[in-house]
Amino acid sequence: MKTANQWNIVCTVDDLVPESGIAVWTPDGPVAIFYIPYRLPALFAISHTDPFSGTNVLARGITGDLKGEPVVASPLYKQHFSLVTGQCLENEDVKVKTYRVLLDGNAVRLEIRTASFEAVAA
Amino acid sequence: MSNKTLIVIGNGMVGHHFLEQFVASPAAAGFDIIVFGEEKQLAYDRVHLSEYFSGSTHADLAMATADWYSDNRIDLHLNELVTAVDRENRTVTTHKGTYRYDELVLATGSYPFVPPIEGRENPNCFVYRTLDDLDAIRACSDGASTGVVVGGGLLGLEAANALKSLGLDAHVVEFAPRLMPVQLDGDGGALLRRKIEELGVQVHSEKATTAIVDGEESRLRMNFGDDTHLETDLIVFSAGIRPQDTLARSCELETGERGGIIVNNQCTTSDPHIHAIGECALWNQQIFGLVAPGYTMARTLSAILNGDSDAAFTGADMSTKLKLLGVDVGSIGDAHARTPGARNIRFSDENAGHYRRMVISADGKKLLGAILVGDNSHYDTLLQYALNGIDLPDNPESLILPESQGGAPALGPDALPDTAQICSCHNVSKGDICGAIDAGCCDLGAVKGETRASTGCGGCTALLKTVVDSELEKRGVEVSRDLCEHFAYSRQDLFNIVKVNGIRTFRTLIQQHGRGHGCDICKPAVASILATCWNEHILTTDHVPLQDTNDTFMANMQKNGTYSIVPRVPGGEITPDKLIVLGEVAREYNLYTKITGGQRVDLFGATLSELPEIWEKLIAAGFETGHAYGKSLRTVKSCVGNSWCRYGVQDSVGMAIFLEHRYKGLRSPHKLKMAVSGCTRECAEAQSKDIGVIATENGWNLYVCGNGGMRPRHADLFATDLSDEGLISTIDRVLMFYVRTADRLQRTSVWMENMEGGLAYLKKVVLEDSLGIGEELEQHMADIVSTYQCEWKTAVEDPEKRKRFREFVNAPEKKDPVQQWTTERDQRRPLLESV
Repeated sequence: MKTANQWNIVCTVDDLVPESGIAVWTPDGPVAIFYIPYRLPALFAISHTDPFSGTNVLARGITGDLKGEPVVASPLYKQHFSLVTGQCLENEDVKVKTYRVLLDGNAVRLEIRTASFEAVAA
Repeated sequence: MSNKTLIVIGNGMVGHHFLEQFVASPAAAGFDIIVFGEEKQLAYDRVHLSEYFSGSTHADLAMATADWYSDNRIDLHLNELVTAVDRENRTVTTHKGTYRYDELVLATGSYPFVPPIEGRENPNCFVYRTLDDLDAIRACSDGASTGVVVGGGLLGLEAANALKSLGLDAHVVEFAPRLMPVQLDGDGGALLRRKIEELGVQVHSEKATTAIVDGEESRLRMNFGDDTHLETDLIVFSAGIRPQDTLARSCELETGERGGIIVNNQCTTSDPHIHAIGECALWNQQIFGLVAPGYTMARTLSAILNGDSDAAFTGADMSTKLKLLGVDVGSIGDAHARTPGARNIRFSDENAGHYRRMVISADGKKLLGAILVGDNSHYDTLLQYALNGIDLPDNPESLILPESQGGAPALGPDALPDTAQICSCHNVSKGDICGAIDAGCCDLGAVKGETRASTGCGGCTALLKTVVDSELEKRGVEVSRDLCEHFAYSRQDLFNIVKVNGIRTFRTLIQQHGRGHGCDICKPAVASILATCWNEHILTTDHVPLQDTNDTFMANMQKNGTYSIVPRVPGGEITPDKLIVLGEVAREYNLYTKITGGQRVDLFGATLSELPEIWEKLIAAGFETGHAYGKSLRTVKSCVGNSWCRYGVQDSVGMAIFLEHRYKGLRSPHKLKMAVSGCTRECAEAQSKDIGVIATENGWNLYVCGNGGMRPRHADLFATDLSDEGLISTIDRVLMFYVRTADRLQRTSVWMENMEGGLAYLKKVVLEDSLGIGEELEQHMADIVSTYQCEWKTAVEDPEKRKRFREFVNAPEKKDPVQQWTTERDQRRPLLESV
């Protein structure tokens, strides 16, 4: 089985909340998608899983920028993660997975690299 | 290579603490551990032994479970008495077998001393040390009406409490002229005696018991040296402890003349492979009969066995703070002024029943010791002075005077010594924080990142900030009062900007008065300001991304990402029908249910998508949101008041419900708690709240700026004998002034303490209207009250707002796979290992 990149439609624009996040379920696990209208591009996607608590909550954090970097603060223990790189600002050893995401008309497409999904698609 | 064997004799508190330390250390992997306990029960909390008679069981008092021992591969032998130690062959022999050891730890504790009084073998005579002793006392109390404790020390008074809880008429017989002669002086002992006698325990001092004989009216009669006597049905001896060193003596370890196994600073005996810790150990001619020094020895020994050659036990502070029969008693350091040249400062209030004594050095600069009876609220500050050798203020008496007479408040950040612990989760001291600052951390965030302080439970956030600010200022760094990098203003500045310019959204505010796009510090702070000024629903499109974790979903996020729900129960009054609804909803959604300290019910474990469904049901039954998630009014606790209580003088429930409905939904810099008591007995604990109301014959007394939590503070009396209307307008003004002028996350207590002029200034502003803003404050509050809405009702009725409550927007049926559950005490709880 080969791995492949898939640009799945995971939700629509109406599901997004400006300056905040929503979570989607993907074959690669839960992913948080943030819509930051004042940025270009305006969509960011990182893992929904908070590495410090192991829970799926990052989409529910407060977004903002720290020294210009767009970030989300974990709603549990308040560490900040870069929406661009997934890097934790408080601990350089911790990084969450990031995903490419784009707007296709009204659809939000997320790039998922996975074998199982290809199997389903085939 | 096979493991060595470590044997621990004794399974008491100290022995168990040693095991906890040792099994978590690297050396544990190299040892097989065997533990012998003489008692049939696992190690239990002897300090709280008297609770065994007020409902606690062995399981409640136990330090651990049998599973803990097996999980840590400890071979536990209870009810097995060690009879001999063979040092040459390194074996111990019990009545069941012989076991080899490489290292041996004696944690055999102590036994109660029974004075050699004729008749002490009578079956109605007991000692007070083990659960078996307590079972025997309980059995004997059947049919008994009177009980005597011989010994008026700390343990004796505990025992008297135990007899009292068995329903006996309790007496204490003490040889010395006063109670607790080791810890207290004459005046302190006399006050303690008075208080204890008021509680129904009779004290007989200066009584030497000469014989115990058959009684005439009771089972026993005690004859005293002064030719008087006392009849009783049972006697408990609590006349001190003696170290349990029998084994050590029989294997010829060095012991003290008056008992105790002699140990060095490494807690090792005269045999290098045998160690002793706790009450059986004699260090520097001293036996330590308290648990804390025993724990210190346990930690020291564990470090020694891990090869830490620096580890040493160097004595222990014997200061004690306790509640005996409900009476506060504290004793610190050289309480009896034995230091040459020591001087005393005493404060005695027989009316209130408070006694405080400070022992200070000859030069008046250091605190050597202290005695407190009746009120321990000064203990922590005094202990810091004594332990850390902090220089006393010029007017040292202020430390024990009531605040109304010029007494000093708690220590400020400057006065704390470098050793003072700031963050208990990560054991960060003030010295660590100063070190981090000296190493280049120039703001709070950097200090937190470097030391990890305040990254655990977060309870020390405010204290940490004060310490960091004060240290930075000392180093000449200008401390920014800016809210964060996005706003060069304090919260109070921002409040005024929003109010004066009529700003209604965060976007406008940051575009006109800030920079960047905001963060998790300024967004919730501004959300709170906007809510106070305009009171719009917190989930409108403009406001929703500003809200803190819990406000966003109007519930409290728990460690596994689920939420807890607290419906409002005003004043703690609830009809059976509504209580049943809570039970039914909790049952339907399998919610863990717990009663809160604020007289409500907390329902845990709801998923994001369940929240609106649950609230639909609660709202249909007449509930509204309880704002447990918000920086806003939580509850107004109340006692039952004069509608039921024999002592109540006002309708405290009615007033609590009125206040709760008036101030519910008010967004504030931090959470707000209130309480109303129906009489001076103060059953609602109003003096520990931000706003406390206590009924008087003539109206209401108002207390302000108290809190519980990490740094408890009693509220200050603000105004007396207020009418209903006077009470409400005064609270309106205090709260509104607080909401307008406090810093972000500043409780009312810190707000008032940091205010120039403090309580007196606040009284002027509120009661005398010195700023001329009284009416405006009241009008502002009236506006907020009139625009209240139940946030949850609005949310469940609005499909757009409900969309936010989807866990995965593309998979509504998907259950979050990390939310795993287990059952504990018949309820569900999260099964979640920290990653």
